[in-house]
Amino acid sequence: MTLAPGRGKKVKLDRLAELSAVRDDERGVSLWREAMRRLRRNPAAIVGAVILVLFVLVAVVGPFFVPYGTTDTMGIREGVVKSGQGIIPGPSADHWLGYDHQGRDEFSRLVVGARQTLIVGIVSTLIGLTIGVFLGGLAGAAAGLGGRWGRALDNVLMRIVDMMLSLPSLLLAVSVAALLGPSIVTVMIAVGVVSVPIFARLLRGSMIAQANRDYVLAASSLGVRGSKIAISHILPNSLAPVIVQATLTLATAIIEVAALSFLGLGNPDSAVPEWGLMLADAQPYLGIRPGLAIYPAVGIIITALGFTLLGEAMREALDPKLRR
Amino acid sequence: MRAARPKAAIAVIAVAALAVAGCAESERDNEGSGQSAKDTLVFGTAGDPKVLDPSLASDGESLRVARQIFETLVRPEEGGTKVTPGLAESWTPDATGAVWTFKLRSGVKFHDGTDFNAEAVCVNFNRWYNSTGLMQSADVTAYWQDVMGGFAKNENPELPPSLFKSCTVKDSTTVDLAFAQASSKVPAALMLPSFSIHSPKALQEFDASNITGTADDIKYPSYAMEHPTGTGPFKFKAWNVADKTLTIERNEDYWGTKAKLKTLVFRTISDENARKQALRSGDIQGYDLVGPPDVEPLKSEGFNVLTRPAFNILYLAINQKGNPKLADPKVRQAIAYALNRKALVDSKLPPGAEVATQFLPSTVEGWNDQVTKYDYSVEKAKQLLAEAGASNLTLRFHYPTEVTRPYMPNPKDIYELLSADLKAAGITVEGIPLKWTPDYLNATTSGNKHDLHLLGWTGDYGDAYNFIGTFFARQKDEWGFNNPALFEKFAKADGTADAATRTALYKELNADIMNFVPGVPISHSPPAIVLGKDVTGVKASPLTDERFATAEFKS
Amino acid sequence: MFRFIVRRLLQLVPTLFGLSILLFIWLHRLPGGPETALLGERGTPESRAAIRESLGLDEPLPFQYGRFVKRLIQLDLGTSISTKREVTTEFLQRFPGTVELTIMAMVIAIGVGIPLGYLAARRRGSLLDQASVGGSLLGTCVPIFFLAYVLKAIFAENLGWFPTIGRQDASIEATHITNFFVLDGILTREWDAAADAIWHLILPGIALASIPLAIIVRITRASVLEVLGEDFVRTAEAKGLTERTVRRRHVLRNAMLPVATSIGLLTGLLLSGAVLTETVFAFSGIGAFIRDAISNLDYPVLMGFIMIIAVIFALVNLLVDVSYSLIDPRVRVR
Repeated sequence: MTLAPGRGKKVKLDRLAELSAVRDDERGVSLWREAMRRLRRNPAAIVGAVILVLFVLVAVVGPFFVPYGTTDTMGIREGVVKSGQGIIPGPSADHWLGYDHQGRDEFSRLVVGARQTLIVGIVSTLIGLTIGVFLGGLAGAAAGLGGRWGRALDNVLMRIVDMMLSLPSLLLAVSVAALLGPSIVTVMIAVGVVSVPIFARLLRGSMIAQANRDYVLAASSLGVRGSKIAISHILPNSLAPVIVQATLTLATAIIEVAALSFLGLGNPDSAVPEWGLMLADAQPYLGIRPGLAIYPAVGIIITALGFTLLGEAMREALDPKLRR
Repeated sequence: MRAARPKAAIAVIAVAALAVAGCAESERDNEGSGQSAKDTLVFGTAGDPKVLDPSLASDGESLRVARQIFETLVRPEEGGTKVTPGLAESWTPDATGAVWTFKLRSGVKFHDGTDFNAEAVCVNFNRWYNSTGLMQSADVTAYWQDVMGGFAKNENPELPPSLFKSCTVKDSTTVDLAFAQASSKVPAALMLPSFSIHSPKALQEFDASNITGTADDIKYPSYAMEHPTGTGPFKFKAWNVADKTLTIERNEDYWGTKAKLKTLVFRTISDENARKQALRSGDIQGYDLVGPPDVEPLKSEGFNVLTRPAFNILYLAINQKGNPKLADPKVRQAIAYALNRKALVDSKLPPGAEVATQFLPSTVEGWNDQVTKYDYSVEKAKQLLAEAGASNLTLRFHYPTEVTRPYMPNPKDIYELLSADLKAAGITVEGIPLKWTPDYLNATTSGNKHDLHLLGWTGDYGDAYNFIGTFFARQKDEWGFNNPALFEKFAKADGTADAATRTALYKELNADIMNFVPGVPISHSPPAIVLGKDVTGVKASPLTDERFATAEFKS
Repeated sequence: MFRFIVRRLLQLVPTLFGLSILLFIWLHRLPGGPETALLGERGTPESRAAIRESLGLDEPLPFQYGRFVKRLIQLDLGTSISTKREVTTEFLQRFPGTVELTIMAMVIAIGVGIPLGYLAARRRGSLLDQASVGGSLLGTCVPIFFLAYVLKAIFAENLGWFPTIGRQDASIEATHITNFFVLDGILTREWDAAADAIWHLILPGIALASIPLAIIVRITRASVLEVLGEDFVRTAEAKGLTERTVRRRHVLRNAMLPVATSIGLLTGLLLSGAVLTETVFAFSGIGAFIRDAISNLDYPVLMGFIMIIAVIFALVNLLVDVSYSLIDPRVRVR
């Protein structure tokens, strides 16, 4: 690690920052490298990663290769699906997972549903992440670096976060959804809002912890502006836990979206398949074809499991305390 | 040491609790086999009753309870729609057909011990006729207004004059009911539970007509919520609103054959699956509105699935005041041709369902075999649309969510299939899902911001007017048209006393309607009710008038 | 201690205050406006006028908010659109059911979770450990309503071991005093009613317990592992204390702390899960009623219940904090 050569105040500052950053970076670089090494050896992480890769592949590429359309009610036209009489044909050579209750090909819908589920999961997590990181970062930076006004701002922001936490997640999601009317966007926003406090708290905690570190004290005593410290130095170091949390949040987001669809808050029109809605729609037919509920449920469980495994493994890998 | 003890304590308590529960459970089984299980029937319903005074009710669940507690002058034959004696043994019209003399049964008592007689009948009729204030609201006395029109003194000028004119006591078992004119509704409509006879003493004591609150926040008097008093084979015992159970018990002083059951409990389980599972596990011994996919499986498991004769209609309504193109009959005919109704009926509705050719079930007098039928043809639909210059039509299509109706077991599925059919004919559909109450009914039956929607009707009594008259006898926002010729013919049919002439008129009306195509009739669907494997004695009724008085457990 | 409690209660005030503002804004942003939200769609002009009057809708916003808060303090939470009874009445009648269900779930989660987590940590790497970790990960990934359906289908419907719905068998004539059905059965010595109520709590309790169980197993295992590695344990072992003594005295007590902390978090999860579980099992608690309120667009109920639940939640968290500081003397003064 070579230092920038030269003299002059600006260079001195940067050298100082670099020096302290070096101490961090060294641990940082080896933290990341060490983390990767542990991940590679962790069977749970590998399983999680594999599941995820498969899921993303299916979601992104799958829809181009499905055998049938997702709105083609062929089973009813052909007269083979008579859900009113308890007849829904199951898996066969032509229809790998059989028909659904409206005579559509279940396999095609499941695959295309993966894409919608992925989108919904990602968007809602991103919403939560963006807002949460902004709020928490602001609060943390204000608290750590802003002096009296900063602490006041931090207080206010944290009260807001507390309010969101004062409700069980489902009720919070339901209140948001009640404002917006039943649609998939509503569900995404509602689920996103639920995860805001988690990210906010996380980032705030990280920022505050970092703000007391030597290199920050050094930099600020040398006159480096607070915002520059926050953005260029503290933020990157707080990235790791955010990534871990985002992965874990994705898992719960997928499940919560399914729960909201089950409660009837999403768009009931099943033209665009989505696993949560497919699960909800399959309820009346549990007696004659439980598969219609089991396939999307298993999809949700496995995907959530994949994200959770990877997230937990990453958390363990990045945790310096667990060096054994 | 300290940590272990609380844990151990918890474990001990848990085990003890389970042990007690297990023992008590098996004890209950042993003693229960003689007692509660065999004479108590728990029936699962889809929704809570609203009010126990049938004069003020129009929802199926309130009326189901009322039908066990109360009786009417005439009643439908069990399992059918024909008019048969109830509290009245016979009835004869005078020469004009406007005054009917009813001979009443004697020796009948109300649940509070008072006598049923002609005075009681007049007290009841006068109570309805002389309604004031909120009791005149269409939400409160829906059926009275449907049948009789108005009241002694209409507070709302838009209400028509009352069909009912007066009640005269001839002697303790003879009463004359006088009407403004002869009508198809008398005496058939008097079998409606809303015309049940209540104990005058109880009506007075519990202030039965004191309806307070506002039109949308009606507060019912204690008579209607806690003290319904009739003459029926069961009497009211308790209503636990939070736990969603309503209990009625055998009337030991009933004038006819006493009920075989001692206790009948109505339990609300809104989720259909939950109802089915509760039946299978024995928590309930019957429920209504069996989902079509469950009919065959439940039958094969040995449950008594009773299919009611289809006495309903599901239709696609067309609002001619919505999209202007809908005023063109060619467009409406195109819509009729575009729908593959047979495929829908075959795949989505239970066995026994049939495609509707008109807005009347085939079992009702006045059904016309020769109406214009619109057999499925996408080409015809496209052609007609082209002729009308409407090849690029976009229509709003409302459908309800969170509801099951006897004529419409799964609204969303039905909407999806119909909308796919319309798309195939070149019509772009904008689906608008709304919750059944309050939004859907409001949005589709008032105003003109709707084009197509799904709705239906279950008949109340066996006269065609109850179907096609309810829909088309006068101008309504649901259909958005004004057809004076049609309305006149309806009025004529209603006022015709002679049954044969009336039937002929109804047949003409059906033909006219199907040429006019105010909407597309889709199906008649036989709703099913299921009872436990050992429950017998109940007959399915097309009017949802199942009598639990004859229900019993056969071992 | 007293000052600590008071301070925390005071911290509660701005949060609830903020929440009331949010609810007020929420009420006014609902589709149709507050009159429609509170009356339903069928409002006649007279009653709408009456509501405008009582809510002061023609007054400037701050005054409206003032009335809103006054009503809240007087515990006037309005009337349910669907049942036409007071929101507070509905809550009080149904809350005991949810409490019983939550207690059952916590009993299962703690009773199974802590021993399992402890054993998993003690036998790290064993099959039990891996199964516990795997199982707990799985537990958080299964949607509760799906689990509830599966449990119901297998154990209630097919095997018939448990009832499928409700809090009590409708054919048992039970007297209800407190609406805590188990308690009522005990108080009135109707043992069969009490036992029947407990029996009805088991399947929904298991479904509801799934996520807290998973979390408790994981937390217990992690904290036991951490404690096992600590110096004082090694010291104790070096001193010659038997493993069992070490375990009982030190490890467990220290390991319990994180569990106690997370009770606040768990309560939130339990309430969310209760909405779904009670719906599937047709269990008449506040969860099922909230679900009905969503279906019926019964905003007075939603708003009222949200306010009450937020207060309860906050109090539970306070309780947890207080007991936490009791358990761990280091935490007392903050």
